Amino acid sequence: MTEKGTWTVKKGLAEMLKGGVIMDVTTPEQAKIAEEAGACAVMALERVPADIRAAGGVARMADPSVILSIMDAVTIPVMAKARIGHFVEAQILEALGVDYIDESEVLTPADEQFHIDKSCFKVPFVCGARNLGEALRRIGEGAAMIRTKGEPGTGNIVEAVRHMRMVMGEIRRLSGMPRDELMTAAKEMSAPYDLVLQVAREGRLPVVNFAAGGIATPADAALMMQLGSDGVFVGSGIFKSKNPAARAKAIVAATTNYNDPAVLAEISKDLGEAMPGLEISSLPENERMQERGW
Amino acid sequence: MEVGVLALQGAFKEHRKILKDCGMASREIRKPEQLAGIDGLIIPGGESTTIGKLMVEYGLMEPVREMGFEGLPIFGTCAGLVLLAKDIKDSTQPRLGLMDITVVRNGFGRQVDSFEADLEIAALGLKPFRGVFIRAPYIEKVSPNIGILASLEEKIVFARQGNFLACSFHPELTDDTRVHQYFLEMVRYGC
Repeated sequence: MTEKGTWTVKKGLAEMLKGGVIMDVTTPEQAKIAEEAGACAVMALERVPADIRAAGGVARMADPSVILSIMDAVTIPVMAKARIGHFVEAQILEALGVDYIDESEVLTPADEQFHIDKSCFKVPFVCGARNLGEALRRIGEGAAMIRTKGEPGTGNIVEAVRHMRMVMGEIRRLSGMPRDELMTAAKEMSAPYDLVLQVAREGRLPVVNFAAGGIATPADAALMMQLGSDGVFVGSGIFKSKNPAARAKAIVAATTNYNDPAVLAEISKDLGEAMPGLEISSLPENERMQERGW
Repeated sequence: MEVGVLALQGAFKEHRKILKDCGMASREIRKPEQLAGIDGLIIPGGESTTIGKLMVEYGLMEPVREMGFEGLPIFGTCAGLVLLAKDIKDSTQPRLGLMDITVVRNGFGRQVDSFEADLEIAALGLKPFRGVFIRAPYIEKVSPNIGILASLEEKIVFARQGNFLACSFHPELTDDTRVHQYFLEMVRYGC
């Protein structure tokens, strides 16, 4: 019996992306540069987060022709973003045949209360999370992969670090808890009880967990890997830097060799200027993308 | 005895877990010097273009190819199958080229077409093996020296050539250890 779109298959693609770098691209040319540099997948967008931030207004799903031209240009998996709660954008992306949908806070939310029911799609979803409760709610809705939210488009790693440490710390806390305390833990973090039990038992998230939001250098990527990420997303960090091809390649190398400072030192040399960074405290609260999602 | 698992990118941890369940020691391979003393090598699933480029960059392509020619048992799953193939349809990507086969990348389609299916594999006994196919490649052409171990819809998905073993699917994503046990027999008792 052949079955498509099963949980194993959805979660399995994320397993295959582990140890890799997923890069934001806006044109077929950028997609080819990313593939050539060793990206394990690309995220097809109309604008990278730094430009979305600069442009303001409502950010929506990319034009299908942009996504299709990127799918034609490369052989690696192609992901695309839908607005939080915008299940019709997700239906369109599934119809286009994208390999993963990111229900993303980088775009302007379409629903301020509910996320997409991701379990009824054949295509797998990745969602952002700032803590374990948020991650488990998204998995409960059917997300087959989680990433930190970080603060997209800032080139500032501090929020991604906070979110990864938070998730990892909460997992450690659950693993040490006696069973009779887990229901209250589930209540406090607003997470599905069965998933809390599973995390407590296995000591890890039930799905792959990547870092995203603010990675700009090879050292940033290696930092997130050492903190326990399974891989990294780089949004604006590559194509907003002075030398995208060299930086992309260096971040791929850093993600593989995250535990080898000698290699990291070598690959961090002469990359040209990184993307300009933003101090998080300079962002007004309503411009913080990480606050989007519920 | 110890089996190396290429750990440049992809699902290498899952292979190590199954090896452990089978009672076999393993180590992660990222540099050529880590190849010394291994009795077998697994090339995991992941992105074959990424893994291939990193193999070239870290000087692993030549030594692994050399060890393969000298008889080291090598097992590739999915991306590993692509990297073992001599011919990859419509691609010039880096590869080991150790097996006389032609593979078609993403031969069953994109992720929305990824699937699970029961495979009849005579070499593994009567009980079907649950094959997990993720943007999977298949083997289009083989030369006469290749043993075909399983096919699906007329597409070859599991094959052996001497000391090389390759499959399109992901036994490391299941709890069934039989494909790994088959490979470990090649490691333990010779090819």
